Amino acid sequence: MTDTILDIDNLVVTVGKTKNPNGPRIIDGVSIKVEKGETLCVVGESGSGKSVTSLTTMGLLPKNALHPVGGSVKLVGEELLTASDRRLRELRATKMAMIFQEPMTALNPVVPVGRQIDEVLRAHTSLDARARRKRILDMMEQVHLPDVERIFGSYPHRLSGGQRQRIMIAMALVLEPKLLIADEPTTALDVTTQKQILSLIRELQRDHGTAVLFITHDMGVVAEIADRVAVMRQGRLVETGALDKILRAPEMDYTRNLLASVPSLIPRPPRPDSTEPVVLETNELGKVYRERSFLGKAREVVAAQNVTITLRKGRTLGIVGESGSGKSTVARCIVRLIDPTSGGVRLAGHEISILTRRLLQPHRKRIQIVFQDPYRSLNPRLTVGESIAEGPINYGTSHEKAMARARELLELVGLPADAISRYPHQFSGGQRQRIAIARALALDPDVLVADEAVSALDVSVQAQVLELLDEIQRRLGIAILFITHDLRVAAQICDEVVVMQKGRIVEQGPAGEILTHPKEAYTKSLLEAAPGRNWDFANFRPVSEAVA
Amino acid sequence: MIGYLLRRILAAIPVMGVVALFVFLLLRLTPGDPAAILAGDNATPEQLERIRTTLGLNEPLYIQFFTWINQLLHGDLGVSLISKVPVLQMIGQRIEPSISVALSTIILSILVAVPLGVIAAWKHGTWIDRFVMALSVLGFSVPVFVIGYILIQVFAINLRWVPVQGFKSLSVGFGPFFERIILPTCALSFIYVALIARMTRAAMLDVLGEDFVRTARAKGVSEIAVLLRHALRNAAVPVITVIGSGFALLISGVVVTESVFNLPGIGRLTVDAVLARDYPVIQGMILLTSFIYLAVNLLIDLAYTLLDPRIRY
Repeated sequence: MTDTILDIDNLVVTVGKTKNPNGPRIIDGVSIKVEKGETLCVVGESGSGKSVTSLTTMGLLPKNALHPVGGSVKLVGEELLTASDRRLRELRATKMAMIFQEPMTALNPVVPVGRQIDEVLRAHTSLDARARRKRILDMMEQVHLPDVERIFGSYPHRLSGGQRQRIMIAMALVLEPKLLIADEPTTALDVTTQKQILSLIRELQRDHGTAVLFITHDMGVVAEIADRVAVMRQGRLVETGALDKILRAPEMDYTRNLLASVPSLIPRPPRPDSTEPVVLETNELGKVYRERSFLGKAREVVAAQNVTITLRKGRTLGIVGESGSGKSTVARCIVRLIDPTSGGVRLAGHEISILTRRLLQPHRKRIQIVFQDPYRSLNPRLTVGESIAEGPINYGTSHEKAMARARELLELVGLPADAISRYPHQFSGGQRQRIAIARALALDPDVLVADEAVSALDVSVQAQVLELLDEIQRRLGIAILFITHDLRVAAQICDEVVVMQKGRIVEQGPAGEILTHPKEAYTKSLLEAAPGRNWDFANFRPVSEAVA
Repeated sequence: MIGYLLRRILAAIPVMGVVALFVFLLLRLTPGDPAAILAGDNATPEQLERIRTTLGLNEPLYIQFFTWINQLLHGDLGVSLISKVPVLQMIGQRIEPSISVALSTIILSILVAVPLGVIAAWKHGTWIDRFVMALSVLGFSVPVFVIGYILIQVFAINLRWVPVQGFKSLSVGFGPFFERIILPTCALSFIYVALIARMTRAAMLDVLGEDFVRTARAKGVSEIAVLLRHALRNAAVPVITVIGSGFALLISGVVVTESVFNLPGIGRLTVDAVLARDYPVIQGMILLTSFIYLAVNLLIDLAYTLLDPRIRY
């Protein structure tokens, strides 16, 4: 009797409308095994094929796009690739279950969550309604949901992200499957929630002996949860091994580079204090959203309150915080994409918070913003050149001059000059973010606001973009306001850090100080929740050994 | 929920007020003397004066308006200039065929179009999908009266399954009622089916790509449950919206259908009234259709809250 729960052997998946063994391979000869009670982390950057591997196992590949054409996938000895649709349906939730990245969208918004779990039991068991309800409430308690009777009848939008992911986990584990596939289950969650969910998965795995195939791009998460690690790249397996071995002594160059790209939580050496002029300051900035319905009561949401920050030329100020902390609201108020309800914003000595749209116009070019998602922040109908030149042309530069400048900027951000006549969809995510940065720089701003500008990028690309921002700052002396939820990124790029929670500043000061010796409990809890904080990935050793 | 309903009904009052004002001014702002319009071409000065006194046309405009509103609220829509029958009574006599055709069209269309749309989305890109889409283009492009005459030719004249035209009240019996209403319903349903099927397909395609559909499949739920319980319920809001706004199509469609099938409904009443410049009847019809629109809109908004728990007012 073997304890191998999942045995994927030499799997090949091709892309195409019809099943074609010679089609382009998106998974090319991948073999992995997951034993009972073990967590195997599959790591890789986007396009590595980690999600396709898991969907193949579940039999959930889109039928007219991806086709398994070779190898085998065995679940407790049973071949899945040749199993009928009916048999696969029987196996799902009973023998193998899956949880997904976005708990916001993975639950049906119009069905109460209790009934969504109930559906699993109705499909696979013959229990009566009372027994089913009891079992569901039981399971909901096991995933540590509060007030389970109330949550049973709640709709997903009434629950927090963490609670929704707990519901997903309860739904996946209610029939005690042998295999749990977790596809980036904590990526969309805040660090403190992420920590709770990771320990919950650990706990349930221990209690039920479930084998877990955990897919992630985050080395920190890997360090927290994996027993063994499989590294994937472009549809191939790079290497597998025990966690400690992969983190300390990776054999393949790709794994080494991947680990080396993980930004360290230890802040970079501080730069000498700056005496350059202040280019941006806010004074007790606040934003309150008021909602008034017809004949209804007014509702107020305080998104930001008493935010006072100062940024000098050539420096980088980070605003860190979890979702809902108000960091993006502050950024948008500063750029005047939204209007602050109180306080002031001084940009290069001019108060801009109360200017009308028309009077604001000459100041706009002094502050530019780069957004999180490079796939949506560039107009897909404009060429890259037109996007970059649009700003200067609006300010009176001639078309030829603006295009010439666009070419220079593309070179500055490390793209070929012929990129100018191409469209955004012809570039990768990292390249698009470079374009977005070039677009922001086209107006020679004093301040560049980067709103989660590297959060959507793979770590290796992230490292490159961070380096680019650093280099641009050194060359142009621009000031950067860097909004991020990722303390690792903040540690590597910021001179000063502002920690925000629920619209207020909790703590601020030099990055080296705040991120190593935080004074406030909230900052401490954020740092403690940072996954993999005990590992110094880039140096292939635990942090404790680095200090010694 | 009750509070919302009350607010919406309260909010409908000013809308109806504006409609009423418009309808009132329609007669007053038409070139010429309203009394002369009402009395017809051969009226004597005495008759005109009598009309002016009875209608209060010598009073200031706002007093006239409030008097008229007061009459409206008491169910008095005036008297037809042609038949001298009270307008409310005329509408009452003619409303059954129209309501019957409208309702049966909506029911038939939903019963046909929603499954068609669901299947087309489910079998996206196959010949079934293309067939449904082709059918829907046909439904959009062929006018109601053409379809009506084809149906009459085939089913009433050639096959002799149903009478060619006319209407029998439901009170006479379901058989006679049904065989006279089935052809107009089918004719009018064509465009409606095209519209709803198209919208259902588009909405279903969106929803079928959603994460929670993948979750449902990962749970081992049967495909039919995935389609109906998970996808269709989420696709319902845009479909309901289209069904509601399709009401506009339906009202103009009823007018044509009633003419083709010679149904004594309010559509033909309106056409006749417009041709004869029978102002009180026209006024009554405008008020009635506006009222129906408001009511349908309210019903649709209420349906949203039932279909999607995230929508709260």
